[in-house]
Amino acid sequence: MSVWIKEDAKVIVQGITGRQGQFHSMKMAEYGTDIVGGCTPGKGGQMVDLGVREVPVWDSVEEAVNETDADATIVYVPPPFAAGAIMEAAEAFDRIKGEGIIVCITEGIPTLDMVKAVAYVSDRPGVRLIGPNCPGIITPGETGGAKLGIMPGHIHAKGRIGIVSKSGTLTYEAVAQTMSIGEGQSTCIGIGGDPVNGTGFIDCLAAFESDPQTEAIVMIGEIGGSAEEEAAAWAKENVTKPIVGFVAGATAPPGKRMGHAGAIISGGKGTAAEKFAAFEAAGIHVARDPSVIGSVLKVALEKAGLL
Amino acid sequence: MVKDGFHQGGAGIRMNIHEYQGKKLFREAGVAVLDGTHCTTVEQALEAYDALGTKVVAVKSQIHAGGRGKGNLYCPNSGDLIMEGGVKIAFSRKEVETYADNILGHILVTKQTGKEGKMVRNLYVESGCDIAHEYYLAMLVDREEKSVLIMASTEGGMDIEEVAEHNPDAIHKVWIDPNAGLLPFQTRNLGASLGLTGSSLKSFAKMMPKLYNVFMKNDCAMVEINPLVKTSGDEMVALDAKVGFDSNAEFRHNSSWDEMRDMSEEEETEIRASEAGLSYVKLDGNIGCLVNGAGLAMATMDVIKLYGGEPANFLDVGGGANEEQVTTAFSIILEDPNVKGILVNIFGGIMRCDIIARGVIAAVENLGLEVPLVVRLAGTNVEEGKEILAQSTLNIHPADDLANGAQRIVELIGGGN
Repeated sequence: MSVWIKEDAKVIVQGITGRQGQFHSMKMAEYGTDIVGGCTPGKGGQMVDLGVREVPVWDSVEEAVNETDADATIVYVPPPFAAGAIMEAAEAFDRIKGEGIIVCITEGIPTLDMVKAVAYVSDRPGVRLIGPNCPGIITPGETGGAKLGIMPGHIHAKGRIGIVSKSGTLTYEAVAQTMSIGEGQSTCIGIGGDPVNGTGFIDCLAAFESDPQTEAIVMIGEIGGSAEEEAAAWAKENVTKPIVGFVAGATAPPGKRMGHAGAIISGGKGTAAEKFAAFEAAGIHVARDPSVIGSVLKVALEKAGLL
Repeated sequence: MVKDGFHQGGAGIRMNIHEYQGKKLFREAGVAVLDGTHCTTVEQALEAYDALGTKVVAVKSQIHAGGRGKGNLYCPNSGDLIMEGGVKIAFSRKEVETYADNILGHILVTKQTGKEGKMVRNLYVESGCDIAHEYYLAMLVDREEKSVLIMASTEGGMDIEEVAEHNPDAIHKVWIDPNAGLLPFQTRNLGASLGLTGSSLKSFAKMMPKLYNVFMKNDCAMVEINPLVKTSGDEMVALDAKVGFDSNAEFRHNSSWDEMRDMSEEEETEIRASEAGLSYVKLDGNIGCLVNGAGLAMATMDVIKLYGGEPANFLDVGGGANEEQVTTAFSIILEDPNVKGILVNIFGGIMRCDIIARGVIAAVENLGLEVPLVVRLAGTNVEEGKEILAQSTLNIHPADDLANGAQRIVELIGGGN
């Protein structure tokens, strides 16, 4: 098992004919992701060369899902049109299959567009949105696997650690840390650093808790908002598997946005200190330095009798 | 629990505008504001006073920070205190002249500006108003509820964070369903919870949908009115207007935002960085950082601190930086005279380590780097990257992981601050 995306998931790409879309589609296909086609309005009927294979392009997500029975879509559509692309996919999955996963990589989507898109997706309970402004989701396989995103596939390996993170490269760091102690990953999920996004920490923790392949969890937060505190409180009551937590931004000054739109301490709230304290109060194993995530995870696994 | 986002308005990226500009948006949308004039000279302030024709006027400093009324004005040259209070009520033409003269060209220091304060270049002269009661009102995006939130309180003129701390029950909140918009019952209930009745409640109910339109139409990240007042005539009037836009939506508002943007209120280096596709925030320490990815950039700062150093900046070169961007990043870091050493931390994904290594070498050669440099590379093509650095004759210290890199740079600059 894995979380949300199986190793052999069928995936379509929205914005497959764009520069980013095509580049990353090739990388995903190269990794072993089953890319079954793409969608760009006005370019239906074309074929796109992904190196390992050629895939068809449809004008609408509805056609693409009807034709391919895709399980998931990945959105590489530019910011002005990204929320529309998310809603189009949500409607298509809901109508045709009653379920589906939407992964949105796009950075820079207007917040009020996301407020609308997130509400639209929530009205379709079988549909899940991951992102936006995230590296995506990856389920490594024995050989290949399903990579829906921009992460470097080669640093991953199939295993029993679930990773959830607001950040991109810091997630790769966490992956490398698990590998340094000989542990692979079940699924790694980047939920993104925007203030308004789809899937949150709690959704991911719940999914990891019920996934038999996942035996321990690494959770990477950031300053801003209170999602980490809420997730920690939830985990205390609902998660039996060991969790290792890190929060980036302990040295960030208040009132300054640190790269991600959501990474800002405002009104004295959303500090790393509060989040670390919430982790500790919930029995989460805290790593204060990302370079020790591996060793903290090892201790957590030992304590849980998993080593 | 009080949630994120009072003064910064939940939705991170912000482009702020001045009060006089915010009030123009309000006026155009039909939200009641007083008559007023934007001025940049004392003469204009006097003309504005004559034109307004009311005996009492408010003379208000215009800067992108709150707490203006309780701030102090200082001389930029001598540092002498010029006047207490950045917002003054003038009862005569002579007082308008004095206040305008004391404000323009001086440095206003408030709770929100930091001790360096901000030079005041703009002034707003506004007619006086008969106040029966002051309220607080704000609209922002609540990231937890993923919707627009309206907050109101009867404790107008007060710092909302203080109210939230000491008297949280005084803050009333309404969340807006994006599909339904602001509904009449929500406005009525909110008004009633503020104790409004009769014509003041009617005035409030008339104003709120217009204000919500301002928020939505302009892609605001935050609208704060502190205070919103009930006049002795039972009318609701916005006495202040603090408006910030979501910069992600800039593509929809290009011309109007360009017009309102006051570059003198923004950090010059941060603008230059953002034009080069970099995200840079200056800090007070002495170790410059160059990192790919926002989360990793923050983590790098944290680890530097953990090993006894102090980061000089946050700098994210993004996911696909090229040689030119790396050079720009180095030059921006080196403009800060406090920088005594630099730590480069790259986890290559899409970005390849060999390209970064070449970029680092080119930048060091171009800029004639004199401070110690530690480079940590990981991820895609890391071996080639390390090889390129090893073969260079430049004084570059390699590091295997982040902790090791942070320790090295702290040692090389001779310990912490």
